[in-house]
Formats: sequence, C-alpha cells, structure tokens
Amino acid sequence: MKLDSMYQEIILDHYRNPHGRGLRDPFEAEVHHVNPTCGDEVTVRVHLTGGEGRDAKVEDLSYDALGCSISQAATSVAHDLLVGHTVGEAFETLEAYQAMVQSRGKVEPDEDVLDDAVAFAGVAAYPARVKCALLGWLAFKDAVAQAQASQAQASAQTGGTA
Amino acid sequence: MTALASAPSAGATLDVAKIRADFPILSRTVRDDKPLVYLDSGATSQRPRQVLDAERTFLETSNAAVHRGAHALSEEATDAYESARERIAAFVGADVDEVVFTKNATEAINLVAYGMSNASVGDGVDAAAERFRLGPGDEVVTTEMEHHANLVPWQELCRRTGATLRWFSVTKDGRLDLENDPITERTKVVAFTHQSNVLGTVPPVEELVRRARAVGAYTVLDACQSVPHAPVDLHALGVDFAAFSGHKMLGPSGIGVLYGRRELLEALPPFLTGGSMIETVRMEGSTYAPPPARFEAGVPMTSQAIGLGAAVDYLNLIGMDAVKAHENELTGAALLKLQDLPGVSIIGPRSTEARGGAVAFEIEGIHPHDASQVLDDSGIAVRVGHHCAWPLHRAFGVQSSIRASFHVYNTLEEVDALVAGVRRAQEFFGVAP
Ligand SMILES: Cc1ncc(COP(=O)(O)O)c(C=O)c1O
Repeated sequence: MKLDSMYQEIILDHYRNPHGRGLRDPFEAEVHHVNPTCGDEVTVRVHLTGGEGRDAKVEDLSYDALGCSISQAATSVAHDLLVGHTVGEAFETLEAYQAMVQSRGKVEPDEDVLDDAVAFAGVAAYPARVKCALLGWLAFKDAVAQAQASQAQASAQTGGTA
Repeated sequence: MTALASAPSAGATLDVAKIRADFPILSRTVRDDKPLVYLDSGATSQRPRQVLDAERTFLETSNAAVHRGAHALSEEATDAYESARERIAAFVGADVDEVVFTKNATEAINLVAYGMSNASVGDGVDAAAERFRLGPGDEVVTTEMEHHANLVPWQELCRRTGATLRWFSVTKDGRLDLENDPITERTKVVAFTHQSNVLGTVPPVEELVRRARAVGAYTVLDACQSVPHAPVDLHALGVDFAAFSGHKMLGPSGIGVLYGRRELLEALPPFLTGGSMIETVRMEGSTYAPPPARFEAGVPMTSQAIGLGAAVDYLNLIGMDAVKAHENELTGAALLKLQDLPGVSIIGPRSTEARGGAVAFEIEGIHPHDASQVLDDSGIAVRVGHHCAWPLHRAFGVQSSIRASFHVYNTLEEVDALVAGVRRAQEFFGVAP
C-alpha cells in the first residue's frame, strides 16, 4: 500500500520523538519559514564554526516546528544528517534529498548519502506533500546563507577599520 | 437546448442517482480503484454533461468574438453570451444590466475595491464617482470569517487610500459577534460573506444590510458559497454589490459574476480599461460605455459564460429549494456522525441552523494533512489547510483544519465513507480512542 511507503516507521518515529528539537544558543542566524498552503511553520537556527563558506562546520541546527508528521520528521532527520558536517557536505546532502523528493519517484536515492532520509522517497509520489518534506531543510539552507552573509558583512566592516 | 431534456426533473425528493449520472467524473476511481468520494465542492464543484455540452456546442457552431463585427457568427455568439447573462441575472434576482462577467469572484471583489480606489485618487474620475471616495478617517468593515478574497482587497484599498480596516469578530460557536459592532458613522463599506467557506455559518444578511444602510455604507456580499447551494434573491437581500464564481456552481472556471445595483455600477469608475468598455476614444482621453460593458474590457470569456448559463438552467430544473434541502440533510448527517466520533471536534456551528454545507473539523492527535492523506488513500477528496481563511483559523487557535463540503450530487453513503475514513486515519496513526 502506498500509504505505508509514505508513512514509514522511521518517519513516524521521528515524528513522535523528534531529534534535536528546541531553539538553542548560540546561533548566527534564525529564519522562520511558512508553508502558505497549509500554514505549517518552522523556525530554524544555525550555529556555524570554523572556516569560511563551504568549509564552515554546522555546529548546531536547532528548531521549533508546527506541522504535519512529514514536515516534523523531515526536520528531525535534517538535524541528524547535517549537524557535525561542513556546510559543503550538508549542502550536498540537501541537494540529494531535494532531488529525491522532487523526482516523482524517478531518482534512485543514494542510501550512503541520505541514510534515514531515504525513508522520504515515498513522499515523491505525492507532489502535494513535497513542500512539507522540504520545509525545514530549505529553512536550514536559508539560515546558513543569512549567517554567512552577516559574517561576511561583519568581517568586511572590521577589516575596514583595522 | 436538447441536452436539457435529460436533466433531472424538479420534485420534492431528489433522484441523486440520476443526477450523478450527469457527472462523468463521479464514476471514476482513484488510488488503486477506489470509487471517488468527492467532498471538495466548496473549493470547486464538478460539471454535468449539460454544461460541457453547452460549451462544446457553442464552440462547434457559433464561436466568435462577442460585441464585435456584424457577421452571422458574431451575432449568434453575442446572443448566446447575452442570453446567458439574462438567465444568470434571473437566477439571483437581479436585472440583466446589473450582472458583470469577471474571471472569478476574486476579480469581482477587486473590481469594486479598485473602482473605489480609482474614485479616491487625485480629483477622482468624475463627479458621479465622488460617492465612492475614501480617505483618512473613513473605515471599511469586514469580518474575521472572510475568505482572503474578501479581506485582502479591502486591506489594500485601505492602504492605498489611508482608510482604516475594522472587522466583526467570530464567537466560539462560529457566529459573527454582532454585539461588538465596528460599524460607525465613519464606515463607508461593509464587506461580508453570505456563507463561510469554512464554518458553513450564514450570517444575518438583512441585519447587516440594515446597520450598513443606517450609516450610509455600501454593502459587498461574498456570495461564493451561497448562490451555488440555496435560492438567493439579491434584490430582496438589498445588498449593493455581490460576487460569486461559476466553478463552484456546476459551471466552468474562468467565469465569475459581479452584481451591482444599477445606480452604483453607473457611478463606479472602471477597473480594467481597453477595448469593448469605451464609448469614444480620442488621444486626449476617453469616455466609457454604460455598465455592464464598462466593466468588461477586452474580448470576454464566452464559452464559459454560456457554460454558466447552462449550469443555471440545470440547477433551476432541479430547483434550488431541493438543492438546499438535500445538502441540509447531508450536512446534518455529517455533523451528527462526526461529533459522535471520539477525538473529533467540529469547527463552526454544530447544528444546521443558519448554516450551509461546509463542515470543518479537527482530529485529536492527527495533523489535518496527515488525516487527509489517509482519506485520499480511501478515495475521499477533502480540503485541508486554512482554506484561504487564515485569520479565521487563528481566531480558533488552530493552524489548519479538514473540510468536507457538499453539492447536489453527494450522497449519505459518502458521508458514511467520510466517517469511516476518519476512523481509519485514527487507527493508522494509532490515536483511535
Ligand atoms: C467564500 C469564498 N469567497 C471567495 C472565494 C474565491 O473564489 P474564486 O477563487 O473563484 O475567485 C471562495 C473560493 O474559494 C470562497 O469560498
């Protein structure tokens, strides 16, 4: 049954017991994303350390979310898969994940890259739910962009006065 | 119209099986051969063969640009278009020149808001339009239960003119709070729904019209969810403007109606301008045709108007009293049976008193999106989300809801299927009490 392929046990587990939930300090950027069709909301904070650009490390991804099981579980899995990696690695995972859920089933997911996130492959069969699966992930991407933009701005300013 | 010969006959009790046979889509299956249970007519209704045939016949025999040219097809097309206008006007108790065709209800409401906006800029358009001028100190009143289509245009009108938006709140049981009345001497417009697309609530139109008139404010009625489901007489209601969409009343999409009292349409500045809506055009400036032409710029949607005419004929043959009675029965059954389910709560009035056939509800422990996925898997189409009424959902402290809505082709068995589907969702997510 298709329904079971979408609501895999892994997804329901993450939904019932989300990993890394809650908004934490410190953080460099916080974003709030909404799914305008259903009103689901997520707030994501990122804490980056070390290098610049893609070399920076995702030290933490903390979040608060209101939404369906798919969007909640997807954000929980994002926390598991992205924290502890460089921004470059995290973006590669994100791209693979996005390609899978947007593929309408045409992209064979790479379990080595996506790990638990392969459970969301079933969502690809339901275009109306793709936004749910992406909500937290795209908020993360946006938060990293904002964090790095404000860091770049800050260093340009200190660079100017030094 | 030979196609109409096969339409259902009027009568106290509806022959739903016969009606359903007119709607080819209702016999299809979805999601691995499950019979379709279509409970989303509040979003858009399905169309009977008679409507599809009328459009096709028109396109195969008389298609031409209306109100242009003098050839045979152009005359036939214009006659067909204007005949549709006459039947649609009669259907809602309006005069023929009080009916303006628009793309949908959203455009119809925007037409009024932009007309008022145009009357408010600079020196306005002309002296007749002065009555619609808004500015700082003026107020527009709407309600917390509006569809975004009858809220955002007024927010924008206020922003452009410096007027202030006020609104009626909604009570816990899903009625308008008439005690706390925002209508004052400053009110210029009162815009409200004839039936909430979420709660099903039918506000007291006569009372609101009385209060608006007492302060000289114009009334704008969102009749999107009333005209398709019950007899509506706009003259008797006494509203100044009203809007509805073809696609919610068994007709085509791409056609909607703005009703305006003749005297007001004659004074309202145009919204969209260009061909067909003019009287004379010179490089220095132009004058405009009388309504309704003044508000129908460009080549209009033609087969859609003809299709809507056929939809109105179809509904008339059934009889709007019978449509209303049938939907009332379905709504009553859905309310009773859903309330009987542990963990399910209705958002909106719990009885059919002053209420139409939209039934919104929540299931404890299941997000509406997840519930609808299980319903969909059972072949049941319902709407989930905020149904373009976000402030209303906020007022009830919910993010989103599930909504079942009916039309004349739905059956009591489909209500039972919905109830069974809700049970299945509760079992699937392990929240069955
Ligand atoms: C009460 C109400 N008003 C306005 C609208 C807007 O109708 P349309 O999208 O056809 O313009 C709808 C449709 O969803 C509605 O239910």
